[in-house]
Formats: sequence, structure tokens, C-alpha cells
Amino acid sequence: MNASAPTKRAPMRSRSRWVRIRPRTIVIHVVAWAIGLAWLLPFVGVAMTAVRPLDQTSLGWWRLSPFSVTLDNFVAVWNNPGCPLSLGLRDSFLVAMPATIIPMLVGALAGYGFARFQTRSRDYIFLAVVLFMAVPQMMVAVPVYNLMIRAGLISSLLSLILIHSAWGIPWIILFMRNFFRTLPLEVEEAARVDGASDFKIFYKIVLPMSLPAMAAIIVFQFMWVWNDFFFAQVLIQNPNWYLSTQCVPRLVGQFVRPYDLLSAGAILTMSVPVALYAILQRFYIRGLVGWTIKG
Amino acid sequence: MGRWGRSQARFLSFFLPAAIFLIVLVIYPIVATLTLSFVAPDGSYAGLQNYGSVLGSPDTFNPACLQRGPPCGTLLNNLIWIGIHLPLTVFMGLFLAVLLQNVRGASFVKSLIFLGMVTPLIVVGVVLRFVLEYPIGVVPAFFGWLGIKSLDVNWLVTPNTLLLGLIFGTVWSWTGFSMIVYSAGLTTIPKDYFEAARVDGASEWQIFRKITWPLLRPVTLVIVTMTLLWELKLFDIVIGATNSQGGVGGAADVLALQMYRYFSNINYSSAAVVATLLTIFTLIVAVGLFRKLLGLPLRKKGRRTAPSVPQVETKSAKAAGDEGQGAVEGIS
Repeated sequence: MNASAPTKRAPMRSRSRWVRIRPRTIVIHVVAWAIGLAWLLPFVGVAMTAVRPLDQTSLGWWRLSPFSVTLDNFVAVWNNPGCPLSLGLRDSFLVAMPATIIPMLVGALAGYGFARFQTRSRDYIFLAVVLFMAVPQMMVAVPVYNLMIRAGLISSLLSLILIHSAWGIPWIILFMRNFFRTLPLEVEEAARVDGASDFKIFYKIVLPMSLPAMAAIIVFQFMWVWNDFFFAQVLIQNPNWYLSTQCVPRLVGQFVRPYDLLSAGAILTMSVPVALYAILQRFYIRGLVGWTIKG
Repeated sequence: MGRWGRSQARFLSFFLPAAIFLIVLVIYPIVATLTLSFVAPDGSYAGLQNYGSVLGSPDTFNPACLQRGPPCGTLLNNLIWIGIHLPLTVFMGLFLAVLLQNVRGASFVKSLIFLGMVTPLIVVGVVLRFVLEYPIGVVPAFFGWLGIKSLDVNWLVTPNTLLLGLIFGTVWSWTGFSMIVYSAGLTTIPKDYFEAARVDGASEWQIFRKITWPLLRPVTLVIVTMTLLWELKLFDIVIGATNSQGGVGGAADVLALQMYRYFSNINYSSAAVVATLLTIFTLIVAVGLFRKLLGLPLRKKGRRTAPSVPQVETKSAKAAGDEGQGAVEGIS
């Protein structure tokens, strides 16, 4: 009976999906989708509060009458006098873009060095670099703060760009090294025979082959910098230069809860990483689990 | 010797820019913080005195909370957080990954659940206000509807519910991580294993116990480590949902937040102590992962299906651990 089962199943497969829907399958689908939608509920609440006037939602966003849609809340946080999100979002972009590109290039360069050139100390350095990834940001906060004061960079976006670049380098080195090790050596060796220098090989041959890995790094590092709150809190003390993540909690008053502003600010701040994730999900997931568990 | 020197120079020329960044903005600050933790506020050598005063403070460790209620202190709060959050997220992620294995539209459902991982943590904290605060939140309204008066409160200003509320909030936001990583792990198990087991008449539970769970063990190790590291560094979410004091009476205060407060109050020695303790904890967790992964035998069988990823032959176990590490560094 067992022996005949596979041969019997094979021709049925194309139709069986539709013909034999077992109750179990239906239950699994209902449960899975219900969980997914339930998971979204907190965001639904925030979105509902953001697009409606506060007097309609202050007793619960699920009360649907009266119901009217407005963009006033978004306009209000955009121009909020205490911390205008228009500037916060702009500054977040101004930090996140260079703080993605710089460590990507520097890290890729170093990762190539780790992948290709054998030296006696290389593996020890590599182990140290890997361990840096586990170190919490808090461990560098005070000295970096003092360093930036001495350099005259405190409360400047440049200070954040620098620390985020340094902070992103270890994982990018690791990620790129593992990627480079999967590339075939033959092309590079052929170029070397033709007299190309190491650097020329790197940016003419290796970098173009690394675009998928770079995409993963861009999504990851950009999101990581954009979502950061701790380094921004430590280094940006001047309200004129607050990033968007710093603006959002500052909308909360001591006793009042401006839920309308808070929800609109939350949505604007999270919209950028969410959009990035939606567009480049493939690379994000690859970066997350990518070469790791599967390697 | 000459060849060695040349190779060394080539390596260094590629590593140099990164080395400068790391030395100035990572290594030097780590050493400086470590030094600072042994220095008294007046600049003299203090030995372990700073550690004693920080660890002896009820802000850090307040076992009296067992009888008298919160606050328990930052160290205990982090431990409670780990004790509840770690098992819940790991098993819920695994459950969802297995559940969604054969569901149509699974990738969309996964994206919905993963949304909390993409959102800035400070915003996640703010979002929790829309769930847990009275009267805007669903949770108090739900318990009010059930008639449970003790939970029909503003969870974020009630000492007894604050910590638990935030822990459940982080379970909500972090489960997407273990789900996605487990899902990826599941795709590396060849389908024939399941089919062979089914042909032999194994039940779904047996299949899970004998095939899925054992083959996912390396993945579980990565997830547990990442989750632990994340739980130790909790910071944004507490501020977003409460304030920089860790909520009413510090009921949801955590180590990273305590460090930040010391820093804000220009008490750098104590800030350095908390930072150093945190680093010690995270390094213990991370080193455990590396050691275990280095000791693991390479299981070639289960990795056949890896799409578009050429295999790294040597040290692949090590690379696996490192990689996951990098993954979380990017998102935590």
C-alpha cells in the first residue's frame, strides 16, 4: 500500500489542492490569518487615531461614530513648534544616508581583506571585530560624548554619522567577508595575472558582483540608523537638531496625552523603515537570516 | 618572510579605514569606560567601590519587591523581562513558523507580524500607549468589558501592571524575529524528511518532536542568543511607553535606562559601572554562542536546499553564528 501511494498521488497533485480541502487545512488558514490580523491591531489603533480628530477617538479608536477623516494631525506634528517633524525627518535622512554608505564601503573593503589575505594576526583581529557586535552602545556612550565635545561636534549630525558608521562596521565586515568567501576566485586571479592591482580588482570586479549583498546592507544599516534612539539622545542635545525618533516621545506631556499628535508622529517616523522593508523585503530577510543558518 | 610581509601589507591596506573607525570610536571608548568605572568622581582610583555602590543601590537590586511589590530594581527587571519574554517569543515564533508553513498568503501574514520588528523601538513604545493606556487602549477596555476591575486600569501608570504590560508589548514586537528566522530554518529541512515520516505513519507531533525540533536546534541557539542580547539592551521601548525614569516609581526601569540617567546626571562613574556590567552580560551570552557553534558538527544534509547561496566549506559553523549576530546587530 505504501509503495503505491506515491504513484497514485502524483497525477492528482495539480487538482487535489482544490478537490480535497480538508477541514484541518481550513482551520489552519483561519487561525493563521486571524493571528496575523490580530497582530496588526495595535497599528490599526494608531492609524485610526492619526486620521481622525481627537474628540472622536479619545474614548477609544474603535468607537466609529462619529467618523470623519482628517489630515490635521499630520500637519500639526509636521509643524509642531516644540519639535517639528519636518525637520526631524529631514535630519534623520541626513544622518541615515551617509551613515549607511560610509560603513558599507569601509566595511566591504575590510571584509575583502579578511576574506582574501592571509596573515598571522588576521583571525584574532577578526574574532575581536566579531565580539564588538555584542557590545552594547551604552559601553561607549560617555567617552564618545566627551570625544565629540572636544572635537566640537556635539549636537551635530556629523557626530551621529561618525558613531553610526563605526558601529555598523563590525557586522558589515562579517557579512561582506562571508559573502566574499562564496565568490569564485578564478576571475580575480585571472585579473591579477593581467596585472591589475588589488584595489582595481576590488572595485572593478568584486564590488559589481556584490550588489545583492550591498542591497542587504543598505536596507539593514539604514533601518538600524533611522530607528536608533540611544546615540541620538546622547549626542544630539540641541532641540534644533533633534531626529524624528527624538521628536516622538517629546510629544508626550507630563499630564496630557496628545494622542492625535502622538499617533501621527509615530506613523510618520515608522513610515520610512516600513516602506523600505516593503520595497526591499527580499534583501532584508536575506540579510537577517541569509547566509547564516543556510550556510 | 617577504611574502608574509607583503600579505600583511595588503591586508592592512584594506583594513586600515575600518581600523581607524574602530580604534577611535569603539575600542578607545570601551577602554575609557572600563577605566572610568574604577575611578571615583574626584578622579582618584576607587577600586570596586563604584560597583559596590551601584549594585548596593535599591535602584539596581531591590529584592524587597517580592513582598512589597514594584519596583524591583533594574537588574531584577531585566531578569524578569528575560524570564517571561525569552520563552514566550521563542515558542510563539516557532509555533507561527510551523503553522504558516503550508498556509496560502503566509508571506503576507508574516509581514504583518514582522512589522513590529521594522518599527523604531521608540515608536513601538509609543504604540503600546494606544494598547495599554486608559481610555484609549484596547486592553483596559477589553478587561472592563469582561468585568475584571483590577485590569481595567491604565496599565502604564499602575506599578503592578506596568512591567508586565511592557513585557507583553515586547513579546508582540519581537515574535516576528524568531518567526522569520525559524521559517528560514524550516526551509532548509528537505521536504522528503517530512514526506517519508508521513508515509511511515508518523503523527504531526511525532514529526515535530523527531524531525523539526532537533534539526532546528542550531537555529534555536541563534535565536535565543539574539533575543537575550536584545533583552539586555532594552532602552527605547521603556522611554517611549513611559519616561526616562522607567515609569511610576521605576517599576519598568532597566539597566540601559539607568545608565542613561547616570549619564544625564553627569554621574559618569556610575554610568560606566552599569555599562560595564551590561557589556559583561552580553559578552557572556555571545561567547556562549560562538563556543557552542564552533563545537557543533557540520550538518551537511539539511542544507541542501539553500537557494542561491553557495556553500562556505570551511568554518561554516562559525560563519553561521557570526552571521546571525550581524543580523541582529542590524535590527536591535
